[in-house]
Amino acid sequence: MPRPRRTPARVIRITHWIGALSMLVMIGSGWQIYNASPILPFTFPPWLTLGGWLAGGIAWHFAAMWVLMGAGIVYGTYGVVSGHFRRDLRLRGMGAIGRDMGLALRFRLSHTPGHYNAVQRLLYTGVLIVACLTVASGLSIWKPVQLGWLCWLFGGYDLARRIHFTMMALIVGFLVVHVVLALLVPSTLFGMVFGRRPAPHDPEAVR
Amino acid sequence: MKRPDLDRASIAPELRRLERRLMLKGAISLGGLAMLSGCTLDDEPAVERALARVMSLTDRAQALLFSRHRLAREFDAARITRPFPFNAYYGQEDVRTVDPAGWRLEVSGLVADRRPWSLAQFRALPQKRQITRHICVEGWSAIGCWSGVPLSVFLHHVGADLRAKYVDFHCFDDYSTSIDMATALHPQTIMVLDFDDTALPAAYGAPMKIRIPTKLGYKNPKYLAAISVTNRFPGGYWEDQGYDWFGGS
Repeated sequence: MPRPRRTPARVIRITHWIGALSMLVMIGSGWQIYNASPILPFTFPPWLTLGGWLAGGIAWHFAAMWVLMGAGIVYGTYGVVSGHFRRDLRLRGMGAIGRDMGLALRFRLSHTPGHYNAVQRLLYTGVLIVACLTVASGLSIWKPVQLGWLCWLFGGYDLARRIHFTMMALIVGFLVVHVVLALLVPSTLFGMVFGRRPAPHDPEAVR
Repeated sequence: MKRPDLDRASIAPELRRLERRLMLKGAISLGGLAMLSGCTLDDEPAVERALARVMSLTDRAQALLFSRHRLAREFDAARITRPFPFNAYYGQEDVRTVDPAGWRLEVSGLVADRRPWSLAQFRALPQKRQITRHICVEGWSAIGCWSGVPLSVFLHHVGADLRAKYVDFHCFDDYSTSIDMATALHPQTIMVLDFDDTALPAAYGAPMKIRIPTKLGYKNPKYLAAISVTNRFPGGYWEDQGYDWFGGS
C-alpha cells in the first residue's frame, strides 16, 4: 500500500496561510478606511489599523485584495477539482452537527488527521461563503458604476457598505473561534503548517 | 536524593496544558511582533514603492473595467441629499470666490483654439442635467443635481486632440486633478454651471466645477480655473500624496 499523502494537502496549507495573512491585512486596512467615515458610533483604535492614514489604508487594502483573490482562486479551483469541497467540507446533517457541537463545547471532540468533523465543516463552509460575500460586496462599493449590477444585488451603495462591514465582523468572529480552537488542539496548527499523515484506520482519510 | 517515580500517563494532562500555554505564548508574541512592525512598515521606502507599484496595477485594472457607455445610475429629485455636504481640503470658512463676470477658463495644451472661455460662452452651449451619487473616497456619499456642458462637447469645440491621454484641471483654490481621455469623453462627465437648477453656489465650486459620476469625489474638481489636454502625466493634489490616480467608481 502506498504511503498516504500528508494532510491537509500542500495547496490547502499554502493558500490557507497566504489567505490568512492577506485577510489580516484586509481587516487592518479596512478598519483604517472605516475610520475615515464610520457608519457606526465608534472607530477602531489607530494602533489596530494598518496604513497610517486613509490613502495608506487603501493602498494596503487593494494590495492584499489581489493576493487574497489569487489565493482564493487557486484554493477554490483545487477544492472543486480535487474533490476537497465534496469530501471534506460537505455539510453533515443537523444531528451530526448537534452531536459534534456538544462534544466540542465539552472539549471532547477528537481530531483525526484527514477527517473533518461536522463542526469544522459548518465553520469552514460558512467562512468561505462569507469570504466570497465580503469580496463581492467590497467590489460592489469599489465599482458601484462599472459593477452596477453587483451593487444593485447588494441593495445599493449604502446597504452594500453595511453588508461589507457585517461580513468583516463575521470573519473576525470566525477568526476568534478558529484561533482559540486551533490553540486548544495545537496538533491541528502544526498540521496546517507541515501537514500530517492521515490516521491509517480512517478509510476516509486515505485517498 | 531519590527521584520520585514518574508515571507518563499521570503527567500527560499537565504536559498538554503546558504545551498549549507555550503555543499561546508563541502566538501572542508573534502577533505582537506583526503589530509592531505594522506601525513602521509603511515608512519603509521599499514597502512604499511596492505598494505604489501595486496601485498602478490596480489603476490599470480600473481603466480596463471602465466602459465609455456604462452610465452611473440617475435618481429622482426626491432622493437629493439636503443639505448637500460641503467638502474640500479646507474648511467652509476658507472658500474663495471670484467675480463670475470677470472669470475666464484658461485653455491650454493639445487644443486648436486656446482662447479663454467666459461663463456666457458656456451658457450658450447645449446643457445636460443629472441627479447622481457623489461618492467620497472616505466612504460617505450624497446625491446631488448638477447641470452644465458635457466636457466632450467643449473638447470638440476647442479642437482638442482626443487621442491625447489626459485632461488636466487646475483650480483657483490651488486644487488640481486630472483624468483619462476616456472618462473625459464619457456622456455624464459635465462642466457644471448649476446646482439644483440655480447658479452653482460658492460652497459647491462656483463658478464652475467638473462633475464625473464615474469617479470618486476627489476627481471632481471645483473652482475651476484652467483646463489642459496633455500626454504628460499630470497627477493631482490628492493623487500626489498617495491616493490612486484613476479613482473610478
